[in-house]
Amino acid sequence: MSKAVLCDANKCIGCRACQVACKQWNEMPGETTTNTGSYENPPKTTAYTLTKVHFSEADYDGKFHWVFTKIQCMHCEHPACAAACLVGAFQKTEEGPVLYDDHKCIGCRYCMVACPFGIPAYQWDDPTPWVRKCTFCADRQTGGLKPACVTACPSGALKFSERDALIAEAHQRIAAEPSKYVNHVYGEEEVGGTSWLYLSPVPFDMLGMPVVGSEAVTVNVERAMGAVPPVLVGVAALMSGIYWLVKRRQGSGGAVTPDDKERVGVPK
Amino acid sequence: MKINKRSIPVGTLILTTVVLIGLITMILRYINGLGATTNLSDGRAWGLWISFDLYCGVALAAGGFTLAGIVYIFRREKYHAVARPAILTAFLGYTLVILALLVDLGQPWYIWRFLFNWNIHSPMFEVSLCVMTYTIVLALEFSPVVFEALSKSDLPIIKRFKWQIPMRIIRAIQIPLVIAGIVLSTLHQSSLGSMLLMMPETLHTLWYTPILPILFLNSAIAVGPAMVMFESTLSSRVFGHRLSLDIFSGLGKMTAYILSVYLLLKIVDLLARGDLTLIFTAYPENLLWWGEMVIGAILPIVLFSMPSVRQSRTWLFWTATLVVVGLIFNRFNVSMLALGIRPDFTYFPYWMEFAVSAGLVADAMLVIWLANRLLPMGPGNKEGAITEAGSN
Ligand code: SF4
Ligand code: SF4
Repeated sequence: MSKAVLCDANKCIGCRACQVACKQWNEMPGETTTNTGSYENPPKTTAYTLTKVHFSEADYDGKFHWVFTKIQCMHCEHPACAAACLVGAFQKTEEGPVLYDDHKCIGCRYCMVACPFGIPAYQWDDPTPWVRKCTFCADRQTGGLKPACVTACPSGALKFSERDALIAEAHQRIAAEPSKYVNHVYGEEEVGGTSWLYLSPVPFDMLGMPVVGSEAVTVNVERAMGAVPPVLVGVAALMSGIYWLVKRRQGSGGAVTPDDKERVGVPK
Repeated sequence: MKINKRSIPVGTLILTTVVLIGLITMILRYINGLGATTNLSDGRAWGLWISFDLYCGVALAAGGFTLAGIVYIFRREKYHAVARPAILTAFLGYTLVILALLVDLGQPWYIWRFLFNWNIHSPMFEVSLCVMTYTIVLALEFSPVVFEALSKSDLPIIKRFKWQIPMRIIRAIQIPLVIAGIVLSTLHQSSLGSMLLMMPETLHTLWYTPILPILFLNSAIAVGPAMVMFESTLSSRVFGHRLSLDIFSGLGKMTAYILSVYLLLKIVDLLARGDLTLIFTAYPENLLWWGEMVIGAILPIVLFSMPSVRQSRTWLFWTATLVVVGLIFNRFNVSMLALGIRPDFTYFPYWMEFAVSAGLVADAMLVIWLANRLLPMGPGNKEGAITEAGSN
């Protein structure tokens, strides 16, 4: 029952209405940026720009492609940010959104380092900073609305629906026009699946999307953390055992007599 | 390192200056926030403070649990003389780690929140809980030295208190304390490695391995004795109480064995993952790998196995220094240099980050200096609760 968005780069016209809608809904201030010679602006997502459209120029299959992809939190099925956070400030909700709670965060920024997509951003300019990232408009979703960006999108590049249905639709779109798409739904398998799904005319690494495996990044951590209780008991038992054994062996020869020669310091 | 007795005032003067600069920088950090005092960014959210103060700091303080284990569990009496300084260094090391975290956290005044919001699946949570508990354990392990000094004090009120009572209590629970220390250390030294397991996509393949926690624990155990050698050589030059060469060569030999296991694990792990060729091909990261391995493992193993090295204080000292430098190299590699940065970001620590880290180290050195002045730190203290309790 989890929601997702399918982002079809073939339909995106790069108007950035989603970007503006996000700023409006979340009441985020504008940022001062410099002209980089591209329509892409601002250059990066930040704590005040939770989503942006990334412009890529790609040479693929003998053709030139100008591709626009909307960047934001992927709302992973097995989010690294949530597994990392020591206070559990991040939670994956059943409906899809991965949500962050100011009332728990202490600002260690492990979530920022852990996220495989490089998403959580920090309010570096603020002496009392919080982490910020896309909320998937969970507040709108609970009210029965679509995310603000999806509502604003004029070209149908963003489609909001059930995740399973969208994956099926994505594959249908690829099958219907195989020459227009690479045969890859980004987010279906990536790091164990994400709630944001992408279709593209060129391979995703050409769009600057991280090339990640299909295993959830949290797997090895879970394994390691699972070993903690046995290690705790094991080491305690081992050390007590060694102590007892060594003591018994030394004890048979009477009390331990520290070698005084070793212990008396030789002054300079 | 030609520090002699007379130069101590100069040394403490420099230390005090560094401490003061660090303190002022810290105050600035609290007023102006992280962004104004560091070069950290969304791309590189962890910087010098995490790599040096947390990752290196915790590992370099491993002497506390390794030496406590050697002396009280394995009952190798020979090493009694270094147990006390090792435990003090460990205690200070952990205090520094906590202080550094209080600087590094975005909202340190909320640090208590982790006591009420547990994510027991987070390795960071485990590290926090263990570091906190272990610091208390270390304080208790060290407390008899303080009680001992107080019991000899002439000050009227202090004199009247029966310091023998708390001393006897600590002595009674000494072995459980040491075991708790070893368990807690095992857990958080390895969990610092588990923290990096979350980054299979960003940590370079040469370092990312499921056995990272084991490698972390192993290298911490190896650097423990080396750090004790490094530090007690330095303090013996300053304070004049020399330790017997036998202790040092014994620690050196031990370190060589532990490092051999480490080297073997590193190689076998790369071999098992089929990535061994990366150490030749993955330029430029392979240079970092060779750097840490040659300095921190290969050279020390060779040197420590040479009897001539084990007979020379100077050689032992420099070899121990190699182990320490190699460990620092390794921790910087895994937590900064070989850890991917987000595209279009760069990071080099701001001077204020250096100032805070240097200030904290100077803090510890000042306290060690004070302890050597005021507390019965030297070897051969017959009445020493910690050094005596192990021997019935
Ligand atoms: S993309 Fe990053 S921030 Fe978003 S849910 Fe996944 S791990 Fe968390
Ligand atoms: S910065 Fe906050 S949300 Fe992120 S891991 Fe740390 S405590 Fe959790």
